Amino acid sequence: MPAITYEDNSYALGEGESVLDCLAREGHDIPSSCRSGVCHSCMLRATSGELPPAAQKGLKDAHRAQGYFLSCCCHPEGDLTVTRADDATQKVAARVLRKETLNDRVLRVVLETDKPLEYFPGQFVNFARPGGLVRSFSLASVPALGNELEFHVALVLGGSMSGWLHHEAAPGDPLELLGPLGNCFYVSGNPEQPLFMLGTGTGLAPLYGILRDALNQGHRGPIHLFHGALLASDLYLTESLRDLDGKHENFTYHASVRDEPGEDWMEQGAVDTLALKTAPDLKGWKVFLCGNPDLVKQVQRKTFMAGANMKDIHADAFLPAGGG
Amino acid sequence: MSSVYEQIGGEAAVDAAVDIFYRHVLGDNRISRFFEGVDMETQAQKQKAFLTMAFGGPHNYTGKDMREGHAHLVKQGLNDSHFDAVAENLAKTLKELNVPQNLIDEVMTIAESTREDVLGR
Repeated sequence: MPAITYEDNSYALGEGESVLDCLAREGHDIPSSCRSGVCHSCMLRATSGELPPAAQKGLKDAHRAQGYFLSCCCHPEGDLTVTRADDATQKVAARVLRKETLNDRVLRVVLETDKPLEYFPGQFVNFARPGGLVRSFSLASVPALGNELEFHVALVLGGSMSGWLHHEAAPGDPLELLGPLGNCFYVSGNPEQPLFMLGTGTGLAPLYGILRDALNQGHRGPIHLFHGALLASDLYLTESLRDLDGKHENFTYHASVRDEPGEDWMEQGAVDTLALKTAPDLKGWKVFLCGNPDLVKQVQRKTFMAGANMKDIHADAFLPAGGG
Repeated sequence: MSSVYEQIGGEAAVDAAVDIFYRHVLGDNRISRFFEGVDMETQAQKQKAFLTMAFGGPHNYTGKDMREGHAHLVKQGLNDSHFDAVAENLAKTLKELNVPQNLIDEVMTIAESTREDVLGR
């Protein structure tokens, strides 16, 4: 009988039992509802072992790639080690390596980790400082850069972590990283699929990671990146992105400014309106939305109505931290 | 005789229908307001569970779930006309997917059977 390992205990899977049945029998309180693979409330994550395909049916590619599965439909043939879906799996020590100004408010922070962090560009990690301060930041780097991780940090008024990073943090200062978390990332396997990426503010960070990941992996379908801002001075990485646009025939960078004309090569208007004018029919597209939560929600709905499948829409709303 | 769920194509049919159905519902001015501010991924999952049930598939929906799940909407004025609109969108979705009329009728009968619970009567 296969053994299911959960929270350091191993249980023999009974005849005909699902992983959910087995853990429930042993007194673990795993949330569940439909028990037929529809509601997804019993989702767990496998950290080792082989998952039967039926246990991942209907999940997003991003979930599948990370070993998430539905415990009610999981009848494995071999041993499995599983954790709760929301458990951050890695804890990595890191140090500030360097800081660079990207614009008036946004800082590029590069951290170096002691050991490699396994991640998909576009996921986020939690920065933890001594004293219990924790904030989430998206990964703008790609794994090819080794132990160097890149983040874009906007200065938040009264923000403890962003204030520290902007004003005090110096090379060598330690931080603890927890994660990675999140499902907003590129999954290979469909290199012709058109990609629609839209972000505001430092929503560009995950998109910059996802974009470079897709290009590195030889994505061939068209990729459109829309970065929207109120003023031209709120945009950043414009040179790097225009450079990538010039180098890759399938990549188009659209910078838009809402409240002023901006430079010649920029577009003026609301980013979502401009983006949907450029790509009005999103049937078959993969969509990545990052940044301002209200905008992300609105565009999630608009891109769905424009034909994108729910499974192909990855929305990463940057929620403000509670209490500074 | 196989079940409606099997005849209609099982889970694959639900997968094919769920986005089309949800898009029709959100685009319908008569009912779209009930979906304002709702998390779309959670809602899509619920639509999938509903379709599975309406297709006669395996589900754990009870009348009590239907009541509790819609009670806050009934307070906002959910009534027969809205139920009819959702049913209409369901039939339209199935027609678009070329589901034979006799199966559409069976699905609509199952959907209809939830009316009193959904409307909290």
